[in-house]
Amino acid sequence: MTLLEAVDIRMFYGSVCALDGVTLRIGRGEFVSIIGPNGAGKTTLVNVLTGLLAPTSGTVRFKGEDVGGVGPVRLARLGMARAFQLVNVFPALTVGETIAVAVLARLGRGARLFAALAGERRVWDEVRSVAELFGLGDTLARPARTLPQGDKKLLDVASAFALHPEVILLDEPTSGVSTADKHAIMEVLVQAAARLGIHSIIQVEHDMDIVFGYSDRIVALHQGRVLADGRPAELQANDAVMATVVGRAHA
Amino acid sequence: MIARVAGAAAMLALLLAPVLASPYQLTLLLPAFAYAIALLGLNLLFGTTGLLSFGHALFVALGAYTAAWLTTRAGVLALEAIVLAAAALAAVIALPVGLLCVRYVKISFGMLTLAFGMLFYSFLYKFYLVTGGDEGIRVLRPRLLGQTFAGLDKVGFLTGPFYYYALALLVLAALVMRRIVRSPFGLSLRAIRENPDKAAFVGVSVRRYRFYAFMIAAVFGAVGGALLAVPTGLADPQLAYWTHSGNLVFMLLLGGFHHFLGPVVGAVVFIFLQDAVMSLTAYWRFVFGALLAVVVIFFPGGLLGLLARERPA
Repeated sequence: MTLLEAVDIRMFYGSVCALDGVTLRIGRGEFVSIIGPNGAGKTTLVNVLTGLLAPTSGTVRFKGEDVGGVGPVRLARLGMARAFQLVNVFPALTVGETIAVAVLARLGRGARLFAALAGERRVWDEVRSVAELFGLGDTLARPARTLPQGDKKLLDVASAFALHPEVILLDEPTSGVSTADKHAIMEVLVQAAARLGIHSIIQVEHDMDIVFGYSDRIVALHQGRVLADGRPAELQANDAVMATVVGRAHA
Repeated sequence: MIARVAGAAAMLALLLAPVLASPYQLTLLLPAFAYAIALLGLNLLFGTTGLLSFGHALFVALGAYTAAWLTTRAGVLALEAIVLAAAALAAVIALPVGLLCVRYVKISFGMLTLAFGMLFYSFLYKFYLVTGGDEGIRVLRPRLLGQTFAGLDKVGFLTGPFYYYALALLVLAALVMRRIVRSPFGLSLRAIRENPDKAAFVGVSVRRYRFYAFMIAAVFGAVGGALLAVPTGLADPQLAYWTHSGNLVFMLLLGGFHHFLGPVVGAVVFIFLQDAVMSLTAYWRFVFGALLAVVVIFFPGGLLGLLARERPA
């Protein structure tokens, strides 16, 4: 069953064509990686899929609803979340508060003026359980800015997961993390997604070990077009694609 | 612990001030209380939400003119009714102004609030029939909880019943604001201050929440303005002038906008300092300009930032 669907997306920045007729369908339960060299249009595609940019032409539908350019708040309500390539936290908020912002928003309690935040027991229970999934259970009272880089990244993802989205888009979840830690982070992500009932994961990733190790499907972009879309084994068997997108034959 | 003891001592001192302090000092505390209420609102916008308004004086002036108009022209003398009317009028005016302003952030937001403030100043200045023009409108002595205190002269009224009335209103305003800051809404506002893009991606309606903060700030501003007008006895267009908005921002920086009580400390210290410096030199603005520079460069956390090392949320 298709959860997220982009049909014939074209995106122009002035006269520059960033996406040139991209069609993509993401099904329930899929882990899809978007790969491609710099300038292939990966980030633009993710921005279009997450409603941040309205495409010049074409439609994006999430659960059957047209979501082109609707913006992140509406998408979060519909069940799509996103974590960013660069570490994106609330520096002065604690780990617990950071996750609580997302939980409150999901429960529709973020605008409660006179309720005591400390008394929102259900919210804090959820905050603790999400933090523990990401190994952040002991850091709840620490300001986000004092966390090591890897934990900041996890916190960013954790707060997106706290929305209990059906689809999550991860923009280079392991960038800026040491090779040794990359697999550990991916394991945490995949397990947390399973525990929280997140159906589909879409990630933009450069590390081919991660891409081929975790994806059900890989979409290769090149110059704004879909060059290949298939299972990891299918892509690996295609030398032309591997040479163009990966820059080498993947061992 | 130390902060609690200091807070309790300060509260006790304020309660006993009518016995201990001179009438002159008490009449200085009155505008400080009024400004503190207005600044609690301004700090919800700046310290909590990250939006710096240079037009907050608009709402202070609105509150003062409400008090003036109601007492002088409508015969309404009950201060409770005046305060409520000022709050309601501020909400009505802040609705369109806020909707427009929160579409912008940073300097654009600041300039737009400044523009609305000056627009209101011009209105007060030019619409003589409604506003009394450059002369303004007098503010008559209000009734407090139905009492006229006819036996007291002006100073006796201001430094006695009105002092406690203003102090009680300040305490009430601080309790309400504390509740707001510590609510889920307050946390959402802090998230917006820290990283609005991220806040939007975790489902926070950034613009809507900024607008709510703007409305609340406006209401606090007008309540402070209504209270300010009573000891002054006059509402005039200078209240809405941009330098008055600048003073409000100065008070906030002086007290420390990271701290909940920064606005209160800033207002009290500003008023007393201004009085002391003005009595020493005609160039008090020069001294204050230099002081502002020193605060911004060397003590960006303000006075409370100096006292408490730890930066609260």
